[in-house]
Amino acid sequence: MQLRQQCWQFTRFTEILLRDETMSDWLEITTLDEIPVLGSRVVETDTVTIAIFRGKDNTLFAIKDECPHKKGPLSQGIMHGDSVTCPLHNWKISLVTGEALGPDEGCTHVYETKVEDGKVFLRNQAL
Amino acid sequence: MKQNLVLIGNGMAGMRTIEELLKLDDEKYSITVFGEEPYGNYNRIMLSPVLANEKTIDEIMLNDEQWYADHGITFYKGLKVVDVHRNRKQVVAEDGTTVPYDKLLIATGSTSFMLPLPGADKYGVIGFRDIHDVDMMIETAENYKKAVVIGGGLLGLEAANGLMKQGMEVTVVHLMDSLMERQLDKPAAKMLQASLEEKGMKFLMGYATEEILGGERVTGLKFKNGEQIDADFVVMAVGIVPNIDLAKQIGLHCERGIVVSDTLQTFDPNIYAVGECVQHRGIAYGLVAPLFEQAKVAANHLAELGIARYEGTVTSTMLKVTGIDLFSAGDFHGDEDTDELLFHDVANGVYKKIVLRDDIIVGTVLYGDTIDGTWYFQMMKDGTNISDFRNTVLFGQAHLGDAGHGDETRVAAMADNAEICGCNGVCKGEIVTAITEQKLFTLDDVRAHTKASASCGSCTGLVESLLAHTLGGDYSQAPSKKPLCGCTDLTHDEVRAGIRKLGLKNHDDVRQSLDWKTADGCAVCRQATNYYLLCENPDYNDPQSRFINERAHGNIQKDGSYSVVPRMFGGMCTPQDLRAIADVAEKFKVPEMKVTGGQRIDMFGVKKEDLPAMWKDLSAAGFVSGHAYGKAMRTCKTCVGDTWCRMGTQDSTGLGIKLEELTWGSWMPHKYKLAVSGCPRNCAEATIKDFGVVCVDSGYEIHVGGNGGIKVRVTDFLVKVETEEQVLEYCGAFSQFYREDAHYLERTAPWIERVGLEKIKAAVVDDEENRKALYERFLVSQKPAQIDPWKERAEGVDAHMFTPIKIKA
Ligand code: SRM
Ligand SMILES: Cc1cc2nc3c(=O)[nH]c(=O)nc-3n(C[C@H](O)[C@H](O)[C@H](O)COP(=O)(O)OP(=O)(O)OC[C@H]3O[C@@H](n4cnc5c(N)ncnc54)[C@H](O)[C@@H]3O)c2cc1C
Ligand code: SF4
Ligand code: FES
Repeated sequence: MQLRQQCWQFTRFTEILLRDETMSDWLEITTLDEIPVLGSRVVETDTVTIAIFRGKDNTLFAIKDECPHKKGPLSQGIMHGDSVTCPLHNWKISLVTGEALGPDEGCTHVYETKVEDGKVFLRNQAL
Repeated sequence: MKQNLVLIGNGMAGMRTIEELLKLDDEKYSITVFGEEPYGNYNRIMLSPVLANEKTIDEIMLNDEQWYADHGITFYKGLKVVDVHRNRKQVVAEDGTTVPYDKLLIATGSTSFMLPLPGADKYGVIGFRDIHDVDMMIETAENYKKAVVIGGGLLGLEAANGLMKQGMEVTVVHLMDSLMERQLDKPAAKMLQASLEEKGMKFLMGYATEEILGGERVTGLKFKNGEQIDADFVVMAVGIVPNIDLAKQIGLHCERGIVVSDTLQTFDPNIYAVGECVQHRGIAYGLVAPLFEQAKVAANHLAELGIARYEGTVTSTMLKVTGIDLFSAGDFHGDEDTDELLFHDVANGVYKKIVLRDDIIVGTVLYGDTIDGTWYFQMMKDGTNISDFRNTVLFGQAHLGDAGHGDETRVAAMADNAEICGCNGVCKGEIVTAITEQKLFTLDDVRAHTKASASCGSCTGLVESLLAHTLGGDYSQAPSKKPLCGCTDLTHDEVRAGIRKLGLKNHDDVRQSLDWKTADGCAVCRQATNYYLLCENPDYNDPQSRFINERAHGNIQKDGSYSVVPRMFGGMCTPQDLRAIADVAEKFKVPEMKVTGGQRIDMFGVKKEDLPAMWKDLSAAGFVSGHAYGKAMRTCKTCVGDTWCRMGTQDSTGLGIKLEELTWGSWMPHKYKLAVSGCPRNCAEATIKDFGVVCVDSGYEIHVGGNGGIKVRVTDFLVKVETEEQVLEYCGAFSQFYREDAHYLERTAPWIERVGLEKIKAAVVDDEENRKALYERFLVSQKPAQIDPWKERAEGVDAHMFTPIKIKA
């Protein structure tokens, strides 16, 4: 149960906002066409590496780039539907909840995203 | 408007059809089901374990009434259909209920054949078919002692075993002098009889029943030879009759069963039929595996997809009597044109027989050790030519050059703590527990739950054996066609044929035209389809459907870094080459370097962002990618050959370079390795490569289908040729045939074992015209393949993949 809760929590991923509370929570990252369909881009912040995936219908998912199994880089996996298969040992991870699917157990963080005018934003949610 | 679909008979075949249909399309029909038995549908084959107290009725229910309700199906249980008005398209039940249909599905199964003997109608004489029969048997066993089973076939013996478990004294009466004569030969039948006798079963062999004695209730049996025996209870298990009364009455064409086409249609195109009540190409089946295949095809047509055909099934048999291992398939008697391989160990109760026609398995009987049953059966269905391992085939799959495992891999004899899967450290006990507790039926289930066989796959055979061993008769339910993955019902061959026939050009096309169940597919099918698409259109590439190694042109390591292996043609190098590599390694601070087993240099631990720049330097020095990461042509290993070696017969390094220049860059179903040795001392290990050349004084011996790795396999000799040009032509042709025929992720070794060397010789050696055509196709597809992927990326292709977006504080 504890695992699950941690999973669902959106996490703060960079320190900048701590210094300037007036800034918006949403950070502009890139543009939509910079992310390949059914593919990903890697976003590095000062504290964490995040993978942003783009689905067929342009839904975006952001997830910590670290497989709950042995920290495989999920950004390098194959995406299908709303999940991704880890490149190291083929665990399937939900991009919606960060949880391992099927019989495997474990989870990783997920982050909120939005697209406006073709620009991609990540939300830097406070803990 | 939804159409009406009515099913008559909610048994195993009928309901499987409905389930398959719902998977394909749950909108099309409003469905009505009539079942004469007063319950939802259950797993009939598990009645034997129920009778033997090994399972309960609840455990064998497949869909209870709630399931029907949940799926919006109108379910009339305990109601028999007595008429069908075909002109008005209406079904009429016993109580007058009338339901209209657009499509009708008949699946009335069969009934026990009751011998027409005087007295056969007495109380206490029953068949063995349904829950009602089993209830009756259990009830009788509480009050009576002596049971007689007429019929020593599969069903009779399972009934006898169950009644014995219920505490009755059981005698089996059999007309023939040998049990299960349709599934077993005499020696195996004898062994079976002996083990059953040991359990306390009695037999009257060669006895024909003349009359059933008694008043209202049976008291005994009289035989044609004048003898008599007491009996409180008689089970007739002498065969089944397709239940076609209704079909005949309504004028459908019937012979032994309701005659259906390859689309499971009766002579009335609106009426389909599946299961034991049908006769397809002259055969009425009595086992579930074929019926399940029929169900798939019928569902496909009911959903109006119309792409499936049923072409008959080869069946195999197991007996569900705990403690007795028996497997039988095909023509195990043989004739003058067949050979027999036989192993008979009386003391240990093991008997194995394989019947071969022209080195192809046509039948098998196994008793006492059935581990390899599924393997033999698979080879039988595939028509594999076993000439290469004919003299060891009886010792089983485990014996097939399983380096380092050898005889330990005898599943049955293995201890619970014996490790089955070396990659994931899974023991036999864990797998067996998972199979029984989590009710696993398939290899994929076991992979998902235990991880056994999920990595390198070398233990797949063992895991399958364990499944067969643990599940007994149930495992035969596994469909004989193995779908590519969970996203589709089609096999590798069918997907490939679909792509060719329909001229499909991309992934979306494939998934739509071939009715994928998932929108994007999954990591398994996407990679496979990508290969099949690429194979038809050498220019095709969908990076997002390729494994990261092939997308990033490097080998991903455990910490997410990559390795870089520049190609060194034939393993040859110059001081300048080595200096260039050294410079690159220093410039990019490569943590570790190593000479690989493939005669070149590997640089480990490179950060992904550094790859393009590193490749740029390497390209400038004249290197191209070594494809050490791909399902692709890897290396061509060579020895020094006649340039320096005192034994050398030809220029093996020179030929190796030519071969590598010909084949580098080519995408393959799996990794593909070459080697050229300068003489039969074979220093380049050419006889464990996918394509190996051994030079001799008079020319070049070509060997194919070798494998080092997981399961060592020595090559098969393909042909001997005289010139280097011929070697190149054979190499291109063989490679192309492999690419066009093998399944994705099937290396040449397992491929050759599956299809047989003969097929390859016929295509590549015997048919010159075909060889030239294959070679030509290989050359054409090499054109786009030999554009160096590293150079392209150093120049900016796919740049987004290599550059992270940095957000700084
Ligand atoms: C680097 C190298 C080991 C070395 O240090 O020498 C190597 C490294 C790997 N091998 Fe290998 N193999 C290497 C030569 C071999 C050889 C020897 C040879 O080619 O002469 C074999 C046995 C010969 C054979 O293939 O028949 C070999 C049989 C395997 C297998 C088993 C293949 C099989 O069909 O049985 C695998 C697993 C697989 O492919 O699924 C494998 C898989 C791997 C992988 C790719 C594991 C993986 O999936 O990530 C390793 C990558 C390490 C890395 O991080 O870069 N490697 N591997 C060798 C590279 C050769 C090259 O220059 O390209
Ligand atoms: C004890 C036992 C053990 C077996 N063991 C094995 C085994 O190990 N492996 C194996 O492969 N196979 C085994 N079989 C055979 C397997 O069970 C059958 O092949 C399979 O059940 C046939 O499916 P079906 O749908 O054609 O017929 P059934 O499952 O018999 O279903 C037909 C249904 O239609 C109903 N029905 C008939 N007429 C009407 C009507 N007019 N109106 C309404 N309903 C009607 C019947 O009541 C019945 O429920 C075994 C069979 C038995 C009895
Ligand atoms: S390099 Fe090959 S043998 Fe060595 S650990 Fe990796 S896969 Fe196994
Ligand atoms: S690290 Fe992702 S599956 Fe092992």
